[in-house]
Amino acid sequence: MIRARNLCKTYRVHRRPPGLVAALRSVVRRRYEEVRAVVDVSFDIAPGERVGFLGPNGAGKTTALKILSGLLYPTSGSVTVGDFVPQERRNEFLHMITLVMGQKQQLLWDLPPAETFAMNRALFDLPRREADATQKELVDLLEIGPLIGKPTRQLSLGERMKCELVAALLHRPRVLFLDEPTIGLDVSMQARVRDFIRRYNESTGASVLLTSHYMEDVAALCPRVIVIDKGHLIYDGDLRTLARRIRPEKRITMHFSSVPAPGELDRLGNCVARSDLQATLAVPAAQVTEAVRAALGRLPISDISVEDPPLEEIMQEFLGGQPANGGAKSA
Amino acid sequence: MSRRFGGEGLRAARHVLRAYPALLRVGFADMFAYRAELVIWLLTMNMPLVMMALWTAVAATGPVGRFGQREFVAYYLGMLLVRILTGSWLVWELTMEIRHGTLAPRLLRPIHPLWAHSAMQLAAVPLRAVLVSPLLLILYWAAGERLPLHEPERMAIAVAAIAGAWLLLFLIMAIIGTLAAFVESALSIFDVWLGAQAVLSGYLVPLELLPPWVSHAARYMPFRYILGFPVETLIGLESTTSALHELGVQALFIAGSLVATLALWRAALRRFAAFGG
Repeated sequence: MIRARNLCKTYRVHRRPPGLVAALRSVVRRRYEEVRAVVDVSFDIAPGERVGFLGPNGAGKTTALKILSGLLYPTSGSVTVGDFVPQERRNEFLHMITLVMGQKQQLLWDLPPAETFAMNRALFDLPRREADATQKELVDLLEIGPLIGKPTRQLSLGERMKCELVAALLHRPRVLFLDEPTIGLDVSMQARVRDFIRRYNESTGASVLLTSHYMEDVAALCPRVIVIDKGHLIYDGDLRTLARRIRPEKRITMHFSSVPAPGELDRLGNCVARSDLQATLAVPAAQVTEAVRAALGRLPISDISVEDPPLEEIMQEFLGGQPANGGAKSA
Repeated sequence: MSRRFGGEGLRAARHVLRAYPALLRVGFADMFAYRAELVIWLLTMNMPLVMMALWTAVAATGPVGRFGQREFVAYYLGMLLVRILTGSWLVWELTMEIRHGTLAPRLLRPIHPLWAHSAMQLAAVPLRAVLVSPLLLILYWAAGERLPLHEPERMAIAVAAIAGAWLLLFLIMAIIGTLAAFVESALSIFDVWLGAQAVLSGYLVPLELLPPWVSHAARYMPFRYILGFPVETLIGLESTTSALHELGVQALFIAGSLVATLALWRAALRRFAAFGG
């Protein structure tokens, strides 16, 4: 469905120090610098796949998404989405994709979202009955019926984001490029949007390529991740494999009915978080059963759970340990 | 190959025709959301009234060229009318959209962004026409016998000239706005344009009252076809034959601007960085 080969994007950026003198100097002599936002990135994404794009700020994730959606021209390399070259921006291609940008909106600011939906229906030349049915389905799924008649400017950020999703999906795209679709949303709203994206993917078989600063989004939605750092692809593969490779341990979180005796916890494993009635241990995966059995025998446990380490920690360690220009690695 | 392009072109044209009423409707609704801004904008259009006061005072002692007091009143009222009907804010919109990256959502829709912009701008015309209709009564008083009310041919030329002026200004603004993809100061370029337009379009002073070499040179530039020519046609300063000829020149400027707009747009898309987000 999506095929990127040796994708590179270089920006030419004007640089100048702050201050009046530098401002005046820049009138006469401008200093430009080349910034390599995406460097030799290649990957394939199959129909129906959900893939997370991960990387620190400025890693090149959004640039890559913009190239895939046809907004930017790559400096070199090639990309196809379906049978189309995105930069040709053929109507059939634009009908096939959507790009949701959490920090950019397509909703008409002073008019109710229903007006944007009606406009998109006309622009995408959708049969009225079909578009109305899709709109109703999406509006019901996101529970925004009462909102779509209010001016966009009077909606909260979360409400707007959900309306953005409806506007972006009205033409039932088969490829979803989602750039920070849950930015600024509270935890419950994030979970709802995630659930919505998953259901859309499962019901339509659409491919999803997602970037998010919220690792929860990626962990919940994307079995596969592509990690980019300083423009380079440094990992492409299964999220669990990455997690096991970076942190081959489990987290045992215990709640106590009374404060455990001093020293008991330390004998079970590495304690990474602790309060009087709660503690989290980091334990090698192979020793989890033994550690849980020991904990249940020795400690006043009221509740116990075993989980993978948080994705934030894994990524922090992964990116911190990678050379900036490291070659591509695959699981 | 040409048949393929012909077929695609036809399909695209049909698509625009089907989508355009929806764009106009949205533009109309959007304009009502900004109705106060529209009224304030109309109030800022006072330069022709200032010039009218000035020149009617000058003409109190006798006509200036072909212009007596009533001709000056008719000219500047016509100027105000054409300026309001053909005014556009595309250059500011486009510059902002390119610099802030907000052009991106428009580029993801299967219609050229300039079609959408044109609908937004055109949707403002009916309300503007209603708001300035009292001016027509004064214009009728000042130049009733000169207005092409009973001459369908001249009326058609005047309407075409005003429509052409709208389109020409829209395309010029599209060209200058698109330059924002290449330079940081596209709006400064437009300021220079506005300065030249004020003089060379007849906005401040009727062109025939300027030194002959200036008014002659102005005929080879697009400025006059944005304001002076439609006004002169409307208030009967142009003969029908001459107006028809000038309409052809205006059409040439429109065609040239259209070609330049499309070429520049293609180049700008390659430069567009979709910043922000």
